[in-house]
Amino acid sequence: MKNTELETIEEKQISTFDRVSEVLIAIFSRPSGMIGFSIVILHIIIAIISPLIVPYDYKEINSLIMLKPPNETFFFGTDQLGRDVFTRTLMGGRIALFVTFFGTIIAIAWGGFVGIFCGLVGGKIDDIVMRIIDAFLAIPWILAMLLIVVILGTSTQVLIPALGFFYGKGIVRVARAATHDVIARDFIMAAKARGHGNFSIIWNELLPNVRDAIMVEGAMRWSWMLLAFSSLSFLGFGVSPPTPDWGLMISEGRGLMSFAYWSVIAPIVALSSLIIGINLSADAFAKALGIDRTQKAPV
Amino acid sequence: MFLLILKRLGLGLITIILVSVIIFTGVEVLPGDACTSFLEREAKGELLEICREKLGLNVPAIERYLTWSYNALNGDLGFSLSGQKPISEIISVRIRNSLVLAFTAIIIGIPLAIILGIITALWRDKLPDIFISTIAIFSMTIPEFISATILILVVAIWLNWLPGIVIVSSNTTILELLPNIILPVIAISMVMTAHMLRMVRSNIIQVLSSDYVQMAKLKGVPYWKMVFVHVLPNGLLPAINIIALTIAWLLGGVVVTEVVFNYPGLGRLVIESISDRDLPVVQALALILALIYVGVNLTADLLTLLVNPRLRTLQIRK
Repeated sequence: MKNTELETIEEKQISTFDRVSEVLIAIFSRPSGMIGFSIVILHIIIAIISPLIVPYDYKEINSLIMLKPPNETFFFGTDQLGRDVFTRTLMGGRIALFVTFFGTIIAIAWGGFVGIFCGLVGGKIDDIVMRIIDAFLAIPWILAMLLIVVILGTSTQVLIPALGFFYGKGIVRVARAATHDVIARDFIMAAKARGHGNFSIIWNELLPNVRDAIMVEGAMRWSWMLLAFSSLSFLGFGVSPPTPDWGLMISEGRGLMSFAYWSVIAPIVALSSLIIGINLSADAFAKALGIDRTQKAPV
Repeated sequence: MFLLILKRLGLGLITIILVSVIIFTGVEVLPGDACTSFLEREAKGELLEICREKLGLNVPAIERYLTWSYNALNGDLGFSLSGQKPISEIISVRIRNSLVLAFTAIIIGIPLAIILGIITALWRDKLPDIFISTIAIFSMTIPEFISATILILVVAIWLNWLPGIVIVSSNTTILELLPNIILPVIAISMVMTAHMLRMVRSNIIQVLSSDYVQMAKLKGVPYWKMVFVHVLPNGLLPAINIIALTIAWLLGGVVVTEVVFNYPGLGRLVIESISDRDLPVVQALALILALIYVGVNLTADLLTLLVNPRLRTLQIRK
């Protein structure tokens, strides 16, 4: 008895590992997937090690070297306060990546759980939850985020759960739809007949089957969260000034870009490349897992 | 059929009511109330009391919610705090400006998206598809404020073709407004077109691989006849819903675009009223934006029902 149990566990582990490597190979065999993945990984590495490699202090103000064009001491030039744009660009993704990464994890966790649960139990609970989700979908993201930021402030402790909550609502729908696809299968009936509880069914039977759809949707949410986060910074409702952040850098440099375009170009390239990288990876990820997500609404 | 429409209307109504409750609570939990935030911190004693009296803030929240929603139903959205004007007056001008922007973007965007979507689907994985799809990915993923900033930098500053920002007051005539909206319209329709194009493309590809198209091919129907008679009508039907969702989704992005171009529309009003802590205006705006969202989706649902008779029975069975 014990022997067979061990065997099945071992078999399961090998198959998960095989599957992960299979998916990774499928992603990397597409040019778009490989480019996207490399960009994202490069950004994450830069975000982690940037404090060690940047040449200058990101908040050091020097009025003697204001708005210098790119040269060999300041690779990307300096901004209106004489700060090194290269340093600030390298460090500009740290907070954005940190906040949106954990926001995505929260969104996947609560959205996935609520979605699967609603799909499983159905009935009144499902109806009520879906109506509330619909109502939240009807509020434009920018208005909701602005209200939250004005009410609770812009610290990371506020932004992570706020973004996580607001962007989880779309995952609820995806998880629920994916659950509906498998709920009528025999193995769910079998689990119910064996007398398993709802949570056991969710964890052991449903989660492995809807995981792919949730992960792909989560990857998409990540890029939208990044968009929301940097839009907030750009509008002046995000991180506060001395902090290096791409959205903030673009909004600060925008007024002077007629004669100092370099202070805007660097953060624009950095932020766009990260968002495009995430999107390309998400698309390749979806194709590798066999999910067509172009049909999904962009909500 | 009739029941179905009634059900859709009911669901839309429930959504609107829930949104109004969510927004009302959201504004309610703001530290302080409309009066303290408007009169700044130094407000105390008598002045505060008068202001609260005037706005009716000294009655319980539920009662205020009921009067607010009752008045909103009658088209009375209350008074703005900063301008001391009726909100409906402020908002109606802004709505008009935003509608001008949105309609121009839609008129350019929808046909463009459908044509490009058809081209990419018919020449799937060939050069035109790869080229157009790559541009589409770029323009739909790059944040609105970035594409708008790039447009201003290139078209207005480097090439000096068009003015970079809009400098008209909010109540100019539409004709005066039109020359100013070129750049904002390009910025908005770029994102919209890319989204719709991708979905039109995948719809048509799906139809192309369906049984009846295969059948038509086997029967020897000429290629272009097959495309126009069998593929397009079925492939473009779902586009109605997609267009609705894209328009609704754009409501968020338009806010940012309007701020970048300094365009006096609803979006800039959102930012202005939130910066000013003008809570009655924020409430009214949220309600209106939600109404637009629900209205657009409802119209799309009904339109699909109207043009696609198959759906009617399907929906009822469900």
